[in-house]
Amino acid sequence: MDKKAHITVENLTMAYGSVVVQQNLDFTVNKGDIFIIMGGSGCGKSTLLKHLVGLQKPANGDIIYNVLSKNSSLEQKSSQKEINFWSATEKEQRLLMKNFGILYQSGALWSSMTLAENIALPLEAYTNLSASQIMELASLKLALVGLAGFEGYYPSEISGGMRKRAALARAMALDPDFLFFDEPSAGLDPVSARLLDDLILELKESFGSTIVVVTHELASIFAIGTNSVFLDPVTKTMIANGNPKELLESSKDERVINFLTRGEGRL
Amino acid sequence: MINNILINYKTVNDNKSLVLTISGDFLIDNLETLSFQEVIKKIESLPNLVDVSFDLVELQEWDSSILTFLNHIKLYCLSHNIAFIKDSLPKGVERVLNLAEAVPERKGVRKTEAQSSFFADIGDRAVKFTTSAKDMLDFIGEVTVAFTRLIFGRYKIRGSILMPIIRECSVGALPIVSLISCLVGLILAFVGAVQLVMFGAQIYVASLVGIAMIRVMGAVMAGVIMAGRTGAAFAAQLGTMQVNEEIDALKTLGISPVEFLVVPRVLALSIIMPMLCVYADLMGVLGGMIVGIFLLDLNFMEYYNMTRDSVSLNSFWIGVFQSFVFGVLVALAGCLRGMQCKRSASAVGEAATSAVVTAIVSIVVATAIITVLCNVLGI
Repeated sequence: MDKKAHITVENLTMAYGSVVVQQNLDFTVNKGDIFIIMGGSGCGKSTLLKHLVGLQKPANGDIIYNVLSKNSSLEQKSSQKEINFWSATEKEQRLLMKNFGILYQSGALWSSMTLAENIALPLEAYTNLSASQIMELASLKLALVGLAGFEGYYPSEISGGMRKRAALARAMALDPDFLFFDEPSAGLDPVSARLLDDLILELKESFGSTIVVVTHELASIFAIGTNSVFLDPVTKTMIANGNPKELLESSKDERVINFLTRGEGRL
Repeated sequence: MINNILINYKTVNDNKSLVLTISGDFLIDNLETLSFQEVIKKIESLPNLVDVSFDLVELQEWDSSILTFLNHIKLYCLSHNIAFIKDSLPKGVERVLNLAEAVPERKGVRKTEAQSSFFADIGDRAVKFTTSAKDMLDFIGEVTVAFTRLIFGRYKIRGSILMPIIRECSVGALPIVSLISCLVGLILAFVGAVQLVMFGAQIYVASLVGIAMIRVMGAVMAGVIMAGRTGAAFAAQLGTMQVNEEIDALKTLGISPVEFLVVPRVLALSIIMPMLCVYADLMGVLGGMIVGIFLLDLNFMEYYNMTRDSVSLNSFWIGVFQSFVFGVLVALAGCLRGMQCKRSASAVGEAATSAVVTAIVSIVVATAIITVLCNVLGI
């Protein structure tokens, strides 16, 4: 597969008020990548993710998405479009949001709705399918993550690992081009975390989405990552960019090596 | 059995060196028997002191409390140019003491309460007030836009979202509304009766209770109850959704939280409040009637007719209109505080509290405004 830029971040500065979190970020996420955002605690990983999904406006710089607009009604041909979220029209923003699937750290399933209703909501918001079709799709998505039969359960009635998987099903409800995961394995036991990694890999293979993952689980980083960016809280900028396995072998930066080897140094 | 801490002082070298011999059990449980001050005083009483060392051979059990003691002495020694010799300490104690010193205290990490001047404080509060007023106006604007979009059919509210909210703020509130309004009617009748009986005008208790309940008190009581019950619940629900990132999940899906969460709640409460108000009116009049019939020996028909004669339809509509306004205010206050909630469990509690306060204050202010307006308009 040829490498095509899917998300391009140019000279991004993130700040809360006057407090700069990270600055001068420049990187590209290619189509089909599993892109890892890593770094120590408090370096702004989650903040970067919030910028990537359009929840927070950059203090400076641009984030440009390369989206396939499937405008079936007017033109038969689908066209590639470059959209900058914050200068886009409302219609373009909706097109982008439709293509975002996000797995939040806590799952963030809507607690007043059943699992099926949680997955149905994105479908209702963006499609004109009938209620029965939507429910069928919701059941299918739940079955994909191993939760067949749990349609009528409320998020509070299932375990943390199941909630994560249900949230994953919701993130995939619209078969998005971009999937964003915020600490997917946080709070899971090692086996469940490993299963979730496998699930992510399988989904990528099957649907070809571009996946951005915030994590500091080394096992996950090496198991699924194909590209990454390393944020440093002291210099407030990125200090490494590339495949995590290659970074481990060839990076000359002490901080990156320390992180990737749990402070034990390269063997 | 814990042995007391004993400290012996031995000076050598013409009072230049002090050896502290500590024996007994140096544990956190008997730390209170030892006064650090006394030891420091003892050291102070030796002006020519050059070094302090320790003899802990007799020491039996120890825990980290001995470290605070040693640290205390060390700090004193440092500030008075006395050498603190730790070679004589047992290996374990020395190791832990070194551990505490391994990372020097970072400059500037200690939190200092900045003493702001009185005027700076006033300025801060003024600025905060304007920003919070602006937030409130922003929110009201957003809700207005969302309602306009609803009216023009740009989006729909599904019954499956609206109905549970209506159920939660209507049937569930009936018992407490009955109790409170009935008691308020009762109280009004009692207070009025004391005066009216003196003129032999007991029958006017019916007018008093009828007008007061139906024109103002029914709506206000229902409003206050709903502020405490439903306003707080709205704030807590939305606050919890904020904490769980559920509101972010809506936003990133392109679903406006105002349209999806706030509008149904405002709509539900503004539908339900006038109904609750009419119910509260009824219960209030019933309360007054209990006093009228059983204490003032009034006849049921007499009381009923007097109430009907004295309460105008205008009063009734004013009460119902007020309760509609209160419904909007309570729902807005609850949703506003919920949406403003920060990301912690304690913030949810604060949001609920602040929602109740905001709702009740706005109810009272709105009542005053409506009353004055009615007076001016002569209704």
